[in-house]
Amino acid sequence: MTFKQRSVLPGFGLSLGYTLLYLSLLVLIPLSMLFFKAGALGWEHFWSAVTNPRAVASYKLSLGASLIASLINVVFGLLVAWVLVRYPFPGRSLVDAVVDLPFALPTAVGGIALTTVYAENGWIGHYLAKYGIKSAYSPLGIVIALTFIGLPFVVRTVQPVLQELDVQVEEAASTLGANRWQIFRRVIFPHILPAVLTGFTLAFARAIGEYGSVVFISGNMPMKTEITPLLIITKLEQYDYAGATGIAAVMLILSFGLLLMINGLQYWSAKRYSAA
Amino acid sequence: MRIEVNNITKQYGAFRALDNVSLEIPSGELTALLGPSGSGKTTLLRIIAGLESADKGSVLYQDSDVTHRAIRERNVGFVFQHYALFNHMNIYENIAFGLRVRRWKDAEVKKRVVELLKLIQLEGLERRFPSQLSGGQRQRVALARALAPQPQVLLLDEPFGALDAKVRQDLRKWLRHLHDEIGMTSIFVTHDQEEAFEVADRVVVMNKGHIEQVGRPDDVFAQPANAFVMDFLGSVNVFHGRVQNGRVQLGSLEVPYPAYPHDDPRPATAYIRPHEVDVDRQPHGASSLQARVERINRTGSLVKVALLDNERNLPVDVELDHERDKELALTVNDTVYVYPKQIRVFIPENNGSPAVLDEQQGQTVQLTR
Repeated sequence: MTFKQRSVLPGFGLSLGYTLLYLSLLVLIPLSMLFFKAGALGWEHFWSAVTNPRAVASYKLSLGASLIASLINVVFGLLVAWVLVRYPFPGRSLVDAVVDLPFALPTAVGGIALTTVYAENGWIGHYLAKYGIKSAYSPLGIVIALTFIGLPFVVRTVQPVLQELDVQVEEAASTLGANRWQIFRRVIFPHILPAVLTGFTLAFARAIGEYGSVVFISGNMPMKTEITPLLIITKLEQYDYAGATGIAAVMLILSFGLLLMINGLQYWSAKRYSAA
Repeated sequence: MRIEVNNITKQYGAFRALDNVSLEIPSGELTALLGPSGSGKTTLLRIIAGLESADKGSVLYQDSDVTHRAIRERNVGFVFQHYALFNHMNIYENIAFGLRVRRWKDAEVKKRVVELLKLIQLEGLERRFPSQLSGGQRQRVALARALAPQPQVLLLDEPFGALDAKVRQDLRKWLRHLHDEIGMTSIFVTHDQEEAFEVADRVVVMNKGHIEQVGRPDDVFAQPANAFVMDFLGSVNVFHGRVQNGRVQLGSLEVPYPAYPHDDPRPATAYIRPHEVDVDRQPHGASSLQARVERINRTGSLVKVALLDNERNLPVDVELDHERDKELALTVNDTVYVYPKQIRVFIPENNGSPAVLDEQQGQTVQLTR
């Protein structure tokens, strides 16, 4: 068995070399510097920096809010994609374009806009406040911001896959006696599951790294509404470079582990549900 | 199960796909809906299945009205042109789908699927996925999947349309064989008259949302009800001429047509099938067309001769048996005389035509030498 497979496209060596160089310069080297810097801290210091209660609270908040936000996006993104693919309605292309707005907007603008609307005296915020729900300046606000910036991912990954699903396949299922729920669960869902997982991963990764929109809406109270990226900035501003890189390294490892896990899940679902 | 379709009308925007169509399909027969694209045949099939709803009219299974019954309650087997298999399921699960949604027990599902795999001759491939099968195999899987829940009626929408010629031939024979074995009421849609004639017990010829003719293949071929059917049934020579005083005039060819004894001339279309024509090197007695040989194809069971009518420059296709061909020893550019043995004359319908004429349409003119 040879490692290199014959291909109609030449230049395997060149393109692989380029890929590795590119990834090294842009991703691997900068990120490994993080570990060197954190390593300079010494184990004791490092451990106390990354396990102090304020840092731990921020990990929990960041991961938890990101997870909730991307799960919300899976459900509603699927719904939006479904509506956009299945029902022709006037203004569909406009709605389609609106989905991309969170991509295009500077996140700070999104954050400020969301804060204005969800603050206690804001358009939506004051209705929520009546029921004692505090949206801005609370973990809920963070979830709202992270849902906002993650919305396009699920829609954009699921939409094309849903589009290519042949309507006749659903018709076949219905002639075979399946009801709507069975058609969705047994025919449509397995078909779009890999795309849903991809969308989830992207939305989740984006949410973990998000900074710009969250700082405005969260209120940034230590132990309560302080996300990890913000804590890192705070440390940097206090010239605690080692502490900042330590927390960053932990964040990196956590994110990498989670992404690896989701990728594994995705691989499994692609293998299970698409013809090998 | 007998199927009855009453006064079905279906409109898509400005396009009328079906116009007041009524049809009865006897129990246990294999019926072909035959017509060109846009004739409404697929729409009719989908309405029978419940995949489409009619604007007007009703569909009856046996004696119960199913017009408003949901598809999944109709218990029909439907086979699509492009298979519509579940790509994420293997062959076994594809066939089992209709049983699983009906909550059959695993052991029974297994028994039924194994039975069907044997029927479609794909034993041993049950773990494969649809993408690993050939087109012919996929369509057989689709058929097995449709048959699994023991439907009362089997509906096939251009089932062999996406397959290549050889596979198509094999599957046709196989479908006929299968039908003889299980004897289920079956309807299939096709635009291929050869396929319809070869497979079906009855043929329903459709055009522009109407049914033109219903009958056994032999009868439809021997007695086409009208000009459309004659034309659609394939390879036929068409001549335009006129009728007057009991005669049809087609260029230099003149034949008696006693069905129209009137003075008043009327345009007429004559159809001559290639195998119902004789050619000769010399003119003799009867009226004939003079033509030139353009091309000769001796590769089939009949010798196909393409002629060009000298007078009007119209192509005339002729099929001779090999014996006659040897006798004549034709070569390209020879001049020959064409003697139709049978001509079907249709007078196009026009609004003012007297009712009597309708009965006289499709008059066969027998010519003897």
